[in-house]
Amino acid sequence: MTVVHENLEQADAKMGARSVSVFYGDKKAIDDVSIDIPTEYVTAFIGPSGCGKSTFLRSLNRMNDTIASARVEGEITLDGEDIYKSGMDVVQLRARVGMVFQKPNPFPKSIYENIAYGPKIHGLAEGKTELDEIVEQSLRRAGLWEEVKDRLDDSGTALSGGQQQRLCIARAIAVDPEVILMDEPCSALDPIATAKIEELIDELNGRYAIVIVTHSMQQAARVSQRTAFFHLGKMVEYGRTSDIFTNPLEQRTQDYITGRYG
Amino acid sequence: MSASVLFLLALGLGLAGWMAGRARAWAFRKDTSGGRLAALPNYHAWYVALWIAVPVLLFAVLWSVLSPSLVMQSVLSSPAASDLPAFGFQRDNMLREAHAVATGAAPAVFSDGAKPLIEPFREALARYNLIGLIAALLIAFASGTLAFLRLKPDFAARTKVERAVMALLLLASLVAILTTLGIVASLVFETIRFFGMVNPIDFLFGTHWNPDPMSGADNPDASRYGAIPLFWGTVFIGAIIAMVVAIPLGLMSAIYLTQYADPRLRSWVKPALEILAGVPTVVYGYFAALTVAPMIRDFAHMIGITSASSESALAAGVVMGVMIIPFVSSMADDSIAAVPSAMRDGSLAMGATRSETIKRVLIPAALPGIVAGIMLAVSRAIGETMIVVMAASTAANLSANPFDSMTTVTVQIVAMLTGEASTEHHTTLSAFALGFVLFLVTLALNFVALRVVRRFREAYE
Repeated sequence: MTVVHENLEQADAKMGARSVSVFYGDKKAIDDVSIDIPTEYVTAFIGPSGCGKSTFLRSLNRMNDTIASARVEGEITLDGEDIYKSGMDVVQLRARVGMVFQKPNPFPKSIYENIAYGPKIHGLAEGKTELDEIVEQSLRRAGLWEEVKDRLDDSGTALSGGQQQRLCIARAIAVDPEVILMDEPCSALDPIATAKIEELIDELNGRYAIVIVTHSMQQAARVSQRTAFFHLGKMVEYGRTSDIFTNPLEQRTQDYITGRYG
Repeated sequence: MSASVLFLLALGLGLAGWMAGRARAWAFRKDTSGGRLAALPNYHAWYVALWIAVPVLLFAVLWSVLSPSLVMQSVLSSPAASDLPAFGFQRDNMLREAHAVATGAAPAVFSDGAKPLIEPFREALARYNLIGLIAALLIAFASGTLAFLRLKPDFAARTKVERAVMALLLLASLVAILTTLGIVASLVFETIRFFGMVNPIDFLFGTHWNPDPMSGADNPDASRYGAIPLFWGTVFIGAIIAMVVAIPLGLMSAIYLTQYADPRLRSWVKPALEILAGVPTVVYGYFAALTVAPMIRDFAHMIGITSASSESALAAGVVMGVMIIPFVSSMADDSIAAVPSAMRDGSLAMGATRSETIKRVLIPAALPGIVAGIMLAVSRAIGETMIVVMAASTAANLSANPFDSMTTVTVQIVAMLTGEASTEHHTTLSAFALGFVLFLVTLALNFVALRVVRRFREAYE
């Protein structure tokens, strides 16, 4: 059973999970997880490799649908609406719940086209000027505008790793999502690029509900206000980040954050 | 006879050397009381065997080139040869007959003049065979002994043998390259001869193709050698009609197989599609000539095109396109599958639909590979011979109507080479010029395609 700290401030849940289990074929990857994700805070999922935190993250915007054997049980809601109900438009869902991946994956197109891709397919911009505005605004929010404004026609893949990842964040922002899911966004980056991404997460906090999966406990401590600790497919403990790291209630959490395993 | 004996001798002596070398190496091992040799006994064995077999084989090759002329010389210097005609066809014939009888290839001679030559031939053959045999044995013994004496416990036989194997591998790859060079050289040589008779400008830019094999061999009518209708026919059938069929079908099947098909279905359909590539082109030829061409002609008549030929360019092109589908499809399949799945996930996570992802991300990313596949397919199609020989006509029409009969470069090469004219005649030589042009075009296409593929591979390292 999940231990939930009782001193959590009240916040409206942007997304909610109730008794969610995820299966790959017969294998249970996530077992009975319930959690609320508010817009006001950055929520971090931590835990050792293979604990299911990425699997759970991917079930929040139904990216698990691309894996044929994956199956989700329980209820996941976005603004109270079940995202797994029949008739749910996955395309709309993913436009509202964006995602940034572990490895930067810009499209092999120009920087401009990378950002414009989402607005174009969702018909967000009426003309070229409006599209230009969205591109500039997204790049500004992602803190990349000053670095790339003179070479928007260069290929997105020609940027450095850290810039590519910020480009991917800008790309996610461009479709104006409500939730941004980040799956270990800094694991392929050096410390300087990582610091920039963390800064960016701070700035985006409050505007979007942000969920970040991370291997680095320091990172979770730096960027998040809420932390959930996953272990062996179960959510072991959930609470304020400061509490989880200084005053964990569960022995397993204690062992993990003190580096006993993981 | 002599060469094959020497060849067997090389193998036999080599085997003997192998065993001797091995025995010696094992003896070393016993002497040094379990100490290690610098190389395994087998390497010592191979070292000796190679030093025996290779020199003997080289000698056998040399001897089989040299000995016939030595034999001939000794026969001609014999008194019996003084009665021969001084030169010409008859003299050659007599010598050939006598030689054939002497070696046992023929039972008797036709011309009486050859009879006295049989005995000198026999003698000379026997003498030089013996000399060859003795020389081979001497060489084998000398070089085998030297190799054998070099064996020592600390002798690095392995590196030597490995170097020999490497040389063998190099030789193997050189054979393919040299063959290619030889083909190119012979093409170029004959092409130059043709262009000596017909101006290349007339050939490359003339619009009338109607070579006359009955005309005089010396003064070809250059106005009959305008190859433009052939080039056009080739391009129209192979690069236009066939591609109009193959590109959409191949591409769509690749998209279906990589993006939509169930893995189980894919494991069925993909091999089935590849079987299409294994059908002999002559079978496609039947299909084109006997099934598709009449259907197309009847259809054309039905819609009122009465001029439609039963050897229409359309029939050959459509069937060729079907033949090419697997090439386009499998290259497109590979390059779409090579686009990292992160690319696809990235697009899907933006809320793009599957078809938007395919159209806007996967295909653009895979485009270089797809283009390369198409270029390889085109080069294959324009070099394709059997289908067009069976289904296209030999009439060189310069027309844009797909129901007209047309001919291609390959069809004309076949027609010119299998015609009545001698190999020296300009109609025959024109086949080489056509082949040369075709070779250059397909070479250029392949070259560009491979360059494109290489650039595309680097993109995702």
